[in-house]
Amino acid sequence: VGKSKVDDEVLDELEEILISSDVGVETTVKIIRRIEERVARDKFVSTSELDEILREEIAELLAQNKSEDITDAFKKSDIKPYVIMVVGVNGVGKTTTIGKLASQFHKAGNKVILGAGDTFRAAAVDQLKLWGQRVGIPVIDHGMNTDPASVAFDAVKQAVEQQADVVIIDTAGRLHNKVNLMNELAKIKRVVQKFLPEAPHEVLLVLDGSTGQNAFIQAQEFTKATDVTALAITKLDGTAKGGVVIGISDQFKIPVKYIGVGEKIEDLQVFNKKEFVNSLFKRKA
Amino acid sequence: MFENLSNKLNTAMRTLKGKGRITDVNVAATVKEIRRALMDADVNYKVAKEITDRIKDEAMGQKIVIAVDPGQMLVKIVHDELVKLMGSQVQGINLKSDPSVILIAGLQGSGKTTFSGKLAQYLKKSGRNVLLVACDIYRPAAIDQLKVLGEQVEVEVYSEPENKNAVQIAQNALEYARKIGKKVIIVDTAGRLAVDEAMMNEIAAVKEAIKPSETLFVVDSMTGQDAVNTAKAFNDRLNFDGVVLTKLDGDARGGAALSIRHVVEKPIKFISTGEKMDALDQFYPDRMASRILGM
Ligand SMILES: Nc1nc2c(ncn2[C@@H]2O[C@H](COP(=O)(O)OP(=O)(O)OP(=O)(O)O)[C@@H](O)[C@H]2O)c(=O)[nH]1
Ligand SMILES: Nc1nc2c(ncn2[C@@H]2O[C@H](COP(=O)(O)OP(=O)(O)OP(=O)(O)O)[C@@H](O)[C@H]2O)c(=O)[nH]1
Ligand SMILES: [K+]
Ligand SMILES: [Mg+2]
Ligand SMILES: [Mg+2]
Repeated sequence: VGKSKVDDEVLDELEEILISSDVGVETTVKIIRRIEERVARDKFVSTSELDEILREEIAELLAQNKSEDITDAFKKSDIKPYVIMVVGVNGVGKTTTIGKLASQFHKAGNKVILGAGDTFRAAAVDQLKLWGQRVGIPVIDHGMNTDPASVAFDAVKQAVEQQADVVIIDTAGRLHNKVNLMNELAKIKRVVQKFLPEAPHEVLLVLDGSTGQNAFIQAQEFTKATDVTALAITKLDGTAKGGVVIGISDQFKIPVKYIGVGEKIEDLQVFNKKEFVNSLFKRKA
Repeated sequence: MFENLSNKLNTAMRTLKGKGRITDVNVAATVKEIRRALMDADVNYKVAKEITDRIKDEAMGQKIVIAVDPGQMLVKIVHDELVKLMGSQVQGINLKSDPSVILIAGLQGSGKTTFSGKLAQYLKKSGRNVLLVACDIYRPAAIDQLKVLGEQVEVEVYSEPENKNAVQIAQNALEYARKIGKKVIIVDTAGRLAVDEAMMNEIAAVKEAIKPSETLFVVDSMTGQDAVNTAKAFNDRLNFDGVVLTKLDGDARGGAALSIRHVVEKPIKFISTGEKMDALDQFYPDRMASRILGM
């Protein structure tokens, strides 16, 4: 923005940045409108002030994000075992995120157990087992083509018996428009609750950071099916900005907890609102 | 959504009625609605702008038939334009060499391995002797995954679990295929980001070593605005021959298809519509145009 005063041209440029980050038309219009109001009210708004205003506006849309509170995400919880169920559409990075999470929990001194609840996709169990080996923790599996709900039940049961601190359950990727597969998630939850009524304590929806507006519908449908409690946004090490998260946070009030920034075991970060907003406006190199 | 867009256009065009012809001034609001609809469908911002400018030119000066729903008339102009942009014919793949080498590339999780299995089955059914090659040496259990799919479709899988050199594995596989008389080899590769120099160098080297007659870029239909950057970066390095659009059994509008086609000018050759091995289809531009417009 090589100008000193906010005018239509500056706002057009802003619109382009927001849309190009997958923020979406609706949320972009909302943000621009609010800035237009500010400009109308304050008469002269410089482009450097705009930067600040913009960050404030977006931070407000992310307001439900209690990310500031998550400074000790991997500390031992009072709840034992703390059960996390990981869900999402195909290929977003669920299994990889589980591997990374397990590593962090493990490093923070938690006893971690994984449940191989994807019994459908080719070699999904093997994939999770390799992650278990990398971290050095047990993976409960019943093999391929078995009932995911009973795998989850067994993982939670064994966690209780072995006094584990954290259980993370992998599930098969599923598109949110497939009713049977979405119902299966509810079933997994029900079966786990037979053993531990308050479980799962966390349902983590994984969204691919390169996904466009469909992420919105994913958030909506997975929330309907399983009461999603937190989001993880993956693949933010690429050039995609994951801006769709702004609109999702605004509408669904689900906090973003983690971001994935690579394929390696250490490539997981706790979500930081400020850094996320900054990365949206990073000038193209 | 089609109803939606056409209603919005009706509202925007109500002011046009009685004015007889579409002009620069009175069409602005309408064009804006179309542009928004395209961006809602994940068509890239710049591409949407270009397309709507073109549509504006097309519509300009046309008579508004009062009896006809003006929204519908414009939606038809838009639809036709999208079909034209995505290429009107079904495009096959090049299998002229012996053996023919097909290289599969794309971002992480886009559906490459699944598609490799599907393509193997598809070509086998059309009477070809196919070999699948496991060149993803990074992802945990990537080889096992391809082997399971190979078993499902009853196609042999070539792999070297101990070898950490993708170029070598690909070369060895090609040699093996020649020796045992396979007519087509399909090389599955690891997912990679376009900004990952080392990984982009690897796939460029694989391509150079085995000289595929067909290189396919696999894209998730849910991809957002970044699709053009990725496609362009992969195309700059690989000069791929075609695009495979996956996960179309979902409800994503798939604007990425249009953006990619527009930016790299390569045809979309297959679509993937499910996790099972027979969920593979040809690409039909008119269906895709309707989908993007929510029709
Ligand atoms: N660059 C990058 N790649 C990632 C990230 N997270 C996961 N991946 C890659 O994305 C691909 C898919 O990851 P998975 O963990 O198998 O995804 P999933 O959601 O479990 O997939 P399904 O179980 O098949 O639905 C793999 O190649 C991962 O290495 C990330 O943060 N950055
Ligand atoms: N619903 C649906 N799922 C698909 C389709 N194609 C692939 N998948 C699923 O998407 C996920 C990722 O597919 P893969 O074939 O492993 O993707 P990939 O590109 O090989 O992944 P990496 O090797 O990790 O980069 C798996 O869960 C597949 O079953 C499709 O057309 N529809
Ligand atoms: K993806
Ligand atoms: Mg998985
Ligand atoms: Mg693969």
